[in-house]
Amino acid sequence: MKPAAFTYHAPASVDEALGVLAELGDDAKVLAGGQSLVPMLSMRLAVFAHLVDIGRVAGLSRVEVGERKVTVGATTVDSLIGRHAELSGAVPLLARVTPYIGHMAIRNRGTLGGSIAHADPAGEYPAVAVALDAEMRLRSARAERTVGAPDFFAGLWSTVMEPDEILVEVTFPRWDGRCGFAVREHARRHGDFAIAGAVAGVSLGAGDRVERAAVAMFGVSSTPVRARQLEAEVAGRPARECDPEQLGALAVSGVHDVVSDMSGSSAYRRRVGAAMVSRAWASALEEAMSA
Amino acid sequence: MLDGGNPSRVAVECQVNGVARSATVQARLTLADFLREVCGLTGTHLGCEHGACGACSVLVDGDVVRSCLMFAVQANGRSVTTIEGLGGPDGALSPVQEAFRSEHGLQCGFCTPGFVVTVTAFLRDNPDPAETEIREALSGNLCRCTGYQGILKAVAVAARAGRGAVE
Ligand SMILES: Cc1cc2nc3c(=O)[nH]c(=O)nc-3n(C[C@H](O)[C@H](O)[C@H](O)COP(=O)(O)OP(=O)(O)OC[C@H]3O[C@@H](n4cnc5c(N)ncnc54)[C@H](O)[C@@H]3O)c2cc1C
Ligand code: FES
Ligand code: FES
Repeated sequence: MKPAAFTYHAPASVDEALGVLAELGDDAKVLAGGQSLVPMLSMRLAVFAHLVDIGRVAGLSRVEVGERKVTVGATTVDSLIGRHAELSGAVPLLARVTPYIGHMAIRNRGTLGGSIAHADPAGEYPAVAVALDAEMRLRSARAERTVGAPDFFAGLWSTVMEPDEILVEVTFPRWDGRCGFAVREHARRHGDFAIAGAVAGVSLGAGDRVERAAVAMFGVSSTPVRARQLEAEVAGRPARECDPEQLGALAVSGVHDVVSDMSGSSAYRRRVGAAMVSRAWASALEEAMSA
Repeated sequence: MLDGGNPSRVAVECQVNGVARSATVQARLTLADFLREVCGLTGTHLGCEHGACGACSVLVDGDVVRSCLMFAVQANGRSVTTIEGLGGPDGALSPVQEAFRSEHGLQCGFCTPGFVVTVTAFLRDNPDPAETEIREALSGNLCRCTGYQGILKAVAVAARAGRGAVE
């Protein structure tokens, strides 16, 4: 249970970090909070000759709340996101999913960027990114690009990021008007990775018609999945007319590769996933109605 | 100390329980192994060494963290508090330790340092927790003697005494 030897780099700036990555290529790995990477190194599931610790890079830990959007620096730790009052007002889902991520000790070190780059299918932040169409800002010594959430997650624990790229920040749109948000997840113990979960956002227009709906499921498939069929079904309809239970069933009907493992068969995950969607939807709607 | 003759050695300088420590160690040395093997502070226990059990919990700049998921070099310039740093200089038990003793919050004692450190930070941030909050706060710590009822009671008692803050 000890990591193999590596050479440690502690760049002070993004440019310096990008330079090291450009030079070392596949031999180097970015180290952020270490809450996913260090267990893999300790179990020797992964071995890298070089680790590039971005924990001391200036300017990567920050929250910028704008009028239309919110930008969170990649190394911002979960616990800061969970208690940032302005952020939780602007993008309520971020603050609301945070207590579900592991335990306090994990949240004190784990980072938003690390969670999104690691792309665990049961991760909460990746699901929020997918639901809200967040934008990932990537930099390398070669170029800089922005990738939207629908194109970012490539599969189980994988993204479209290249080995020499660093995720520097993630931008979330702000919703205004009468809206509500909710997260529901099922795990064996508080803090365990979810067996299945869902995040939901809804905004209402005149006559309580659904103006905007955003629902994503996590833990059910190899990546977080957007419930597009559900969103199409509710669009423009009076919100009360939509039966949450049917919406849950509709959401999971669109998922074809439901995970099956020791914590649950795919049939079980489908049922739990549907229940989480319907509860998250009902709760988000409740909040929007009373807004 | 782990030493496979690897060239990748790094300087570490930090405060541990108020004492300045400096050493040159392998980059791969975890903070847990640094505390145990370099500082000789064996109160920090290692159960799983991959973040699952919480036995290795310590405070870094006041925040509870898993010392098996942090490299010693990442503690550079920071202040670390271990179980050895919670009691009084004369060996007096801290209020949380006292409550664990009086409420039978430990059996073999293997998980205890991690619980006590975690609870110390928790009660500092949340001095009047509800029962569900206590359970949530302890969810990241495993006790293989499964003495959870005594542990829950100890936290409630420490909280009720309105104490349990870190100095
Ligand atoms: C006991 C336990 C319980 C947990 N429970 C949950 C849970 O319920 N839900 C959940 O979502 N997570 C959970 N986690 C994982 C935790 O959220 C991690 O913190 C997170 O997945 C990774 O973030 P990190 O900052 O620790 O990244 P690291 O572990 O440092 O890195 C993870 C990966 O991302 C890459 N990376 C990190 N940052 C960047 C960047 N800015 N640019 C490019 N690449 C980068 C690294 O190279 C590495 O491949 C748990 C972890 C533990 C140990
Ligand atoms: S030894 Fe660190 S969490 Fe188990
Ligand atoms: S007291 Fe023995 S493991 Fe907890």
